[in-house]
Amino acid sequence: MNVTRGFTGRPRVLPHSPKGVGGAPITGLPPGQYDAGDDWPVLSAEVTPDLTPAEWTFRIDGLVEEPRTWTWKQAHELPGSVYAGDIHCVTSWSKFGVRFGGVSLDAFLDVVRPHGSGTHAVAYSHTGYTTNLPLADLTGGRAWIAWEYDGEPLAAEHGGPARLLVPHLYFWKSAKWIAGLRILDHDEPGFWEQNGYHARGNPWEEQRYSGD
Amino acid sequence: MTESFTPPTRFAVPGRIAVSESTATLWQTATITEIRRETPHAATFRLAVPRWAGHLPGQHLMLRLTADDGYVAQRHYSIASAPDDSGHIELTLDHVAGGEVSGWFHTVAKPGDEVEVRGPLSGFFAWPGDRPALLIGAGSGVVPLMSMVRHHRVRGLDVPLRLLVSARGPEELIYAREYGAETTPVFTRSAPRGEPVGRIAAAHVAPLLAEQPSGGWEAYVCGSNGFAEHASRLLVAAGQPVDRIRIERFG
Ligand SMILES: Cc1cc2nc3c(=O)[nH]c(=O)nc-3n(C[C@H](O)[C@H](O)[C@H](O)COP(=O)(O)OP(=O)(O)OC[C@H]3O[C@@H](n4cnc5c(N)ncnc54)[C@H](O)[C@@H]3O)c2cc1C
Repeated sequence: MNVTRGFTGRPRVLPHSPKGVGGAPITGLPPGQYDAGDDWPVLSAEVTPDLTPAEWTFRIDGLVEEPRTWTWKQAHELPGSVYAGDIHCVTSWSKFGVRFGGVSLDAFLDVVRPHGSGTHAVAYSHTGYTTNLPLADLTGGRAWIAWEYDGEPLAAEHGGPARLLVPHLYFWKSAKWIAGLRILDHDEPGFWEQNGYHARGNPWEEQRYSGD
Repeated sequence: MTESFTPPTRFAVPGRIAVSESTATLWQTATITEIRRETPHAATFRLAVPRWAGHLPGQHLMLRLTADDGYVAQRHYSIASAPDDSGHIELTLDHVAGGEVSGWFHTVAKPGDEVEVRGPLSGFFAWPGDRPALLIGAGSGVVPLMSMVRHHRVRGLDVPLRLLVSARGPEELIYAREYGAETTPVFTRSAPRGEPVGRIAAAHVAPLLAEQPSGGWEAYVCGSNGFAEHASRLLVAAGQPVDRIRIERFG
């Protein structure tokens, strides 16, 4: 350990408590993270698109039985679902007790029925942003298409009209302005992953950069 | 399926260079060798990093401080210095009120102190010095852009480069003494006598986009999220293609 002279840091608020193994919610601060409080930093690398709900669509294709595109209205006909919990950004802020509304990704995947050979997905945005995820991280009630934050429409700079939400991974995996998922039988690095970031990005194992 | 997936639309093609896995993962000790005041709220910290792998202008690193109970705080910082083989790099930090890491740098740090860094990181915002570069920054957002300006100057590059930099007032303008003809400062609260006060506006961007160099500009925008939104919208409105705008937001 390389102690920095004279550095004490903020009062220690929360212990690291990566529970969650038996399905219990994971709470607390993952290693190397800090509590951003009421701040919600924006870190997208591209121009925020002017995308209206009427223009928004969401598609799942690739290794699935029935590829399908949903419009805003069709997506809203699926059963609603809420995520209330924490989010963690690789730039080292975490945000506690956030509340997103949308639809569980399971509801979309149940319609398209991924093939048994599908192991990974590339999520892509209406801007062309991409990020890769193991399919297992997108199923089982752990991922959402979210269009509400705190009961309000999701702001454009935070990915509105709708973003992918995979809160148990670093937040760059939760693609803003989500346009679709391509189901693949292999892992294919997305935008940040090609730029040196970790393929999976589990904050509890501090998988920030490839090689971590 | 071997052919790789490309989404139907794409913004700025990723990565100007590949990021090395070994340098991105390895924490290295960096020793502060010099502290230079830039403005009342910003100072430059020169660090000796003997095994620094080198960087491209525009890249950043991750920096961590460790308390004696093992608690760590880590933040990203852009590299201010141009690439060279001195074994040193420079960072310029704003003193953020109540800031954990910038507070330590501005109130405790002195030459000889050691911190840890890993990087360089992210090839997306890097500028190898190849394409004409239109740089727009505000506050400490000018830091990665300054690395590009310095690189351009040190190497005597003749590829066009322009910098539009916004600061609250002349005394808050980081690197004020270093700018040359490539730079236009814009002051938002107070300006030298006879100069206008206000945000970067369409009127600043239009003349730059009018002098299109061959191949067009690669635009690099850096600063707070609010500034990045404002500046990138101005660029789009002035006709800069969305896929030629790279944005680094400090959060
Ligand atoms: C890619 C990238 C490059 C960057 N490059 C630079 C650069 O070149 N130069 C630069 O100056 N910055 C840069 N930044 C910003 C930098 O990473 C830090 O965010 C900044 O230095 C603030 O960190 P801090 O630890 O000093 O402040 P923090 O401790 O993170 O606090 C930030 C603000 O939140 C408040 N706050 C947060 N939590 C609490 C709490 N629990 N209690 C009280 N107050 C709280 C603080 O009062 C303060 O106002 C960059 C960021 C990114 C993402």
